[in-house]
Amino acid sequence: MGEKKFKQYIWELPVRWCHWINVLSIVVLAATGILIGNPVFIGSSTDAYLMGWIRFIHFVFAYAFAVSVITRMIWTFRGNCYAGWREYFPFMGAAGRKEMKEVFDYYTFRSKHPPETTGHNPMAATAYFVLFLVYWFMILTGFAMYAEHAPGGIMHSLLKPVYVMMTTQQMHLYHHLAMWLIFGFVINHVYSAWLMDIKEKGGEISSMFSGYKFTTSPYAVCKSRLWDFFPWKSKK
Amino acid sequence: MDRDDCTGKKQEGFSVAKMLEERGVSRRDFLKFCSTVTAAMALPATMVPKVAQALDKVQRPPLVWLEFQDCAGDTEALLRSANPTVGELVLDILSVDYHETIMAAAGHQAEANLEKTVKEFQGKYLCVVEGSIPMKEGGAYGCVGGKSHLARAKQVCGSAAATIAVGTCASYGGIAAAAPNPTGAVGVKEAVSGATVINLPGCPCNADNLTAVVVHFLTFGKLPALDSHGRPLFAYGKRIHDNCERRPHFDAGQYVEHWGDDAHRKGHCLYKMGCKGPATFHNCPTQRFNEKVSWPVAAGHGCVGCSEPQFWDTSPLYRRLPNVPGFGIEQNADKIGLAFAAGVGGAFAIHGAMNALRKDKEPTADEETKEGGE
Repeated sequence: MGEKKFKQYIWELPVRWCHWINVLSIVVLAATGILIGNPVFIGSSTDAYLMGWIRFIHFVFAYAFAVSVITRMIWTFRGNCYAGWREYFPFMGAAGRKEMKEVFDYYTFRSKHPPETTGHNPMAATAYFVLFLVYWFMILTGFAMYAEHAPGGIMHSLLKPVYVMMTTQQMHLYHHLAMWLIFGFVINHVYSAWLMDIKEKGGEISSMFSGYKFTTSPYAVCKSRLWDFFPWKSKK
Repeated sequence: MDRDDCTGKKQEGFSVAKMLEERGVSRRDFLKFCSTVTAAMALPATMVPKVAQALDKVQRPPLVWLEFQDCAGDTEALLRSANPTVGELVLDILSVDYHETIMAAAGHQAEANLEKTVKEFQGKYLCVVEGSIPMKEGGAYGCVGGKSHLARAKQVCGSAAATIAVGTCASYGGIAAAAPNPTGAVGVKEAVSGATVINLPGCPCNADNLTAVVVHFLTFGKLPALDSHGRPLFAYGKRIHDNCERRPHFDAGQYVEHWGDDAHRKGHCLYKMGCKGPATFHNCPTQRFNEKVSWPVAAGHGCVGCSEPQFWDTSPLYRRLPNVPGFGIEQNADKIGLAFAAGVGGAFAIHGAMNALRKDKEPTADEETKEGGE
């Protein structure tokens, strides 16, 4: 009560844009993907082209999603430290592990002290790291299935390792299963954002629109740099 | 049987033209065959004269046909037509020295024939393999003439000019290799490393594609271009789905929901009946079977994906997606996924309810300095 909070610019524009493009793409991709896997509509005539359009939308948003994911990954080397790549490996440093334990204890009702984090909460950041692996799995299997319309083409040749690892049928299966994994993440993500918005009182949810969070620590300018390799070793 | 040509000397009394004439095939029919087979190989029409010339001048390479763990389905596919086709006659150009199903010789005599061909025409004969090769227990699960399939494959395929693996079993192990693969069945390429192998998977392999591969070999002296699964691109370079005559119904969203329903009678898309056309590479829609009469999808049954590796394990015949490993047959990926999402939702609903009830400690000035963020 009555604690002093500082308004801090945490999420830069590309971070927010990528976040919302991801949201939109995932919703559209899941909806069209479910329909492609199990079409429940009836085309009234042969020139209806219903499935054709649904697949077209799926492919357009697949490209949008891939570009968004790649852009966000590039930004981990260009943006501020809250967007930086080292945010996603909090478990690699002692300080990060300690913070992670605090958050874990709070989530599991073992601590009554809601943890406050300026950037990503370390548990969430670890989940995002796993999530990005799932994203890449979806992008690679998705484009591998897509490229099969033109075997021997550039995309097909580039994705050769995917074809070596899986049969087309397995790609379809795991593409489905990974979608449900993302659904599980989304439920967790929205719930946690809502919970921490209430508990932290730092504007967690609105920060993804405005970029600003309210924290007890004073304003600090920080930069993520590519050459900050193994930063956890030099951390104070 | 005169095979002096293989040792480079002129063969007397043999010419394809003469042979075809004896069998009642006109020159016109022969040229028509050359045109179709050139088209099947995806070569331009300007190549037709070259193919005809090559076949006219063909030297008779010996061919041996080995059967391992198989059902002889590819042999049946090749032999079972009411009238012998020009394609079959062209295969007759080859001197088939050994073929377990159709050879006249038996016992030691037959085995001696095989040994003789392998010895005398080392690196010059063609080998066709049908069936998978069991690898477990040193290849003990299959033997012919006292020799294990594995030893036979290594001997015969290893010193052939080229080995044509016909059918899915010879290509990737096929049905015999289905989980749990008790005999350790594999395809020829895997069993005999270093052999020149071309895969013609399919259950059975399309005899037209076999003919085209043989003609390619006779015309150019080498095997056609292959894809990453060792299959000729001319026959396996396109998805069934992309050349399917029912494709417009797929794009339109017109699907068969039950066998024999209105859509099925109208010839709509079989996607929802588990058709594997979208995941299978083969030229069935264009080449078709049995004198180009029909093929599975035209006959009203979905593709089962028989020319893809692991089709037996990953392509349930009447469902689109394979089973999820470790779950029961009736549990498909989407049911499991939905249950998972519901479980996550439920868990967090409970977590949320518990959070609504709990009382947090408000931060004190002391803790504020400790926090400090990043």
